[in-house]
Amino acid sequence: MDISAVALIASLIVAATPILLAAIGELVVEKAGVLNLGVEGMMIIGAVVGFIAAVNTQSAFVGFVAGALAGGALSFLFAILTQYLLSNQVASGLALTLFGLGLAALLGHGYTGIKPPASPKMEFFGLSELPVLGPTVFHHDLMVYFSITLVAGVWAFLKFTRAGLVLRAVGENHDAAHALGYKVVRIRVAAILFGGACAGLGGAYLSLIRVPQWTEGMTAGAGWIALAIVVFASWKPWRIILGAYLFGGVTILQLNLQAIGVDIPVSYLSMAPYLVTIVVLVIMSADRARASLNAPASLGRIFHASN
Amino acid sequence: MKLLNTLLAGAALAIGLGGMAHAEDKTKVGFVYVGPVGDFGWSYEHDQGRQAVEKAFGDKVETVFVESVPEGADSERVMTQMALDGADLIFTTSFGYMDPTINVAAKFPNVKFEHATGYKRAENVSTYSARFYEGRTVIGHIAGHMTETNTIGYIASFPIPEVIRGINSAYLAAKKVNPDVKMKIVWVYTWFDPGKEADAASALIDQGADIIMQHTDSPAAMTIAEEKGIYAFGQASDMKQFGPNARLSSIIDDWAPYYIARTKAVMDGTWVSTDTWDGIKPGMVEIGEFSDKIPADVQASATAIKEALEAGTMHSFTGPLNKQDGTAWLAEGETADDGTLAGMNFYVEGVEGEIPN
Repeated sequence: MDISAVALIASLIVAATPILLAAIGELVVEKAGVLNLGVEGMMIIGAVVGFIAAVNTQSAFVGFVAGALAGGALSFLFAILTQYLLSNQVASGLALTLFGLGLAALLGHGYTGIKPPASPKMEFFGLSELPVLGPTVFHHDLMVYFSITLVAGVWAFLKFTRAGLVLRAVGENHDAAHALGYKVVRIRVAAILFGGACAGLGGAYLSLIRVPQWTEGMTAGAGWIALAIVVFASWKPWRIILGAYLFGGVTILQLNLQAIGVDIPVSYLSMAPYLVTIVVLVIMSADRARASLNAPASLGRIFHASN
Repeated sequence: MKLLNTLLAGAALAIGLGGMAHAEDKTKVGFVYVGPVGDFGWSYEHDQGRQAVEKAFGDKVETVFVESVPEGADSERVMTQMALDGADLIFTTSFGYMDPTINVAAKFPNVKFEHATGYKRAENVSTYSARFYEGRTVIGHIAGHMTETNTIGYIASFPIPEVIRGINSAYLAAKKVNPDVKMKIVWVYTWFDPGKEADAASALIDQGADIIMQHTDSPAAMTIAEEKGIYAFGQASDMKQFGPNARLSSIIDDWAPYYIARTKAVMDGTWVSTDTWDGIKPGMVEIGEFSDKIPADVQASATAIKEALEAGTMHSFTGPLNKQDGTAWLAEGETADDGTLAGMNFYVEGVEGEIPN
C-alpha cells in the first residue's frame, strides 16, 4: 500500500489550520512591535470556551465566535499589562500561557467526554465531486477557507492600506510614529486583540474539528510552533501558509510513512517536522542582512510617550 | 509547562510547611502524574486511585499530587519537594520517572517510593505495574475477529518493554484467530498529545486500518475512530463516552486496591520494598464491557480467554513462538518468564517493522 497524496493533503490541512490561524495573528502583533509569548494560553482558552459555547448552543459557528472572543479577552489582559502598566513582554506572555492553561482546565471541568456539534464540509456545486481536486481543494470545512482568506486579508492590509502602513511604522520605530502623532499604544492594543482572537480561533479549531473533543492541555505546544512559524516566515504573511502547511505536512507524512512501514528509523521520522523547520530557518537567515531587515525593529521594546 | 510545575510544587511546599504542625499524625501520600488528571486515560485512573485512598482513610491521610510533570530532571525536582514537604509515601506514575525516583529515594531514606511500570528497586523503592498485556490478549482476539481489512492500527508511545509487550500480545491473539492479520504501528513519542494521537489515528486509517489500538493516554484516537466509522478500544479508562459506536471494549487500569494496601502498609509500619505485577486476576487490569457490535460467539470466546487468563490456565505468551528474526523463543507449551517479559525488546514473528531504538 502506498501513500495517497489526496488523503495526505486533506489531513495536513486539518493539522496545519490551528497553527496557521494562531501564527497569522501573532504576525500582526509582532508587526506592531509587540512580542506576545502567550499564544499557547490564548489558544487553549479559545479551545475550551469555543467548545463550551458550541456544545451549549449546538452550533459550531457560535463556538468559533466564542473562541475568538475568549482569546481576545485574554490577550486584553496582556495588553493592559504591557501597554499601560509597561511590564516586561516576555514575562507577561509566559504568565499568560500559564494562566491560560490553568484557567482552561478549570473552565473545562465537566466538559470532557462530550461530542461537539459537527462542522459541515463545504460543497462547491459539484466541484467537490471532482477526482483529486475535489477532496484536496474543494472539500474542507469553512474555517480552512477562512484561514487562507485571513492570510490574504492581512497581507493586503499590511501592504496596501494606510492603516497597515501605520501599524508597521509603530512596529519599526515607535518613537518616530509617536512623534508623527500616531497613537502607538492604541494601535498596539488593537493588534494584540486581533492576535488573541486569531489564537482563540485556532484553539477552537483544535477542539471542534481537529481532535474533536476537549481534553486538558490539548494544545500540547501548538502555540509555540505558531510562534516559531512567524520567525520562519520572516514576518511575511504568505510564508505563514508555507510554514504551517510544511510543518503540518511533514508531521502527517512521517506518521503515514511509519504506518506503511517504510525503511527509515522512526526516530528520524519523528524528528523530521522539527528538523525541516530548523533547516528552512537556517536557509532563510543565511543572508543575515536581509533577515534582520525583516524583523520589526521595535519588537519587544516597551513604549512610553515620555521616553 | 515546566515553570507551571515548578510553581505548583513550590506552592505545595509552602502550604505543606504551614500545615506541618497539624499534619504530624497524618500519613502524607504524594502522587506524580505525567499528564493532566483530566486526560480521561492513564493519569485519570491514577487519580481515581488517589481519591480512593482519601476515601478509605479519611482524616488519617493527606494526599497531594502534581500533574503534567515532564519525565526527566523536572520530575526529580517535584519529587524532592514532595519529600521535603513531609510526604511519607510517593507514587511516581510513569516509566520515565524511573531514574529520578531512584535518585531522590537515595536522598530520603525515610520516605517510601513506589514507581509504576519500571524495573529499578531500592531499599525504599518498590515497583508496581499491571499485566496490561493480558488485556491486550483479550482485545487482540476481538480485533482479529472484527477486522475486515485485516489491518489493525496501533498507536505506540515510546519503544519500552511495556509497549512492545502490548504490541506482541495483541498481535499474537489477533493472528491466532485471523492468520492474515497485519499490524501497522505508528510511534508518536509522547504519552499525551491529543492532536498528534488524532493525526496518528487518521494516518493509520488512511493506510487501511479499520481497528485502532493505542498505547497513549488521551481518548483522541477513539474520537477519530467514531468520526470515521471504524472500531477502537478504550485504553486505561473505558472511554465509552468518546466513541459510543466505535468502542468495542477497553482495558481499564484499577490502581485503587494497590494504593490503599500500600498506604496501609506505611501506616502500620509494615512497608517493604516489593515488586508487584498484577494482572486480570487481582483486578488490576479490567476488561470493559463488550459492545453489542461484537457477535455473540466472539463475545463468548473473548470471555473464555479472559477467564482462562484469570484462572491461570492460559498465558498470553505460550510457545511455540519465534522472535521476529525467526530464532526460536519459546518451545511448544512453554510460557514466557517474567524476567523476559519485563525486559522485552523484540517483536514476535510476524510483526512487521523495526523497533526504534
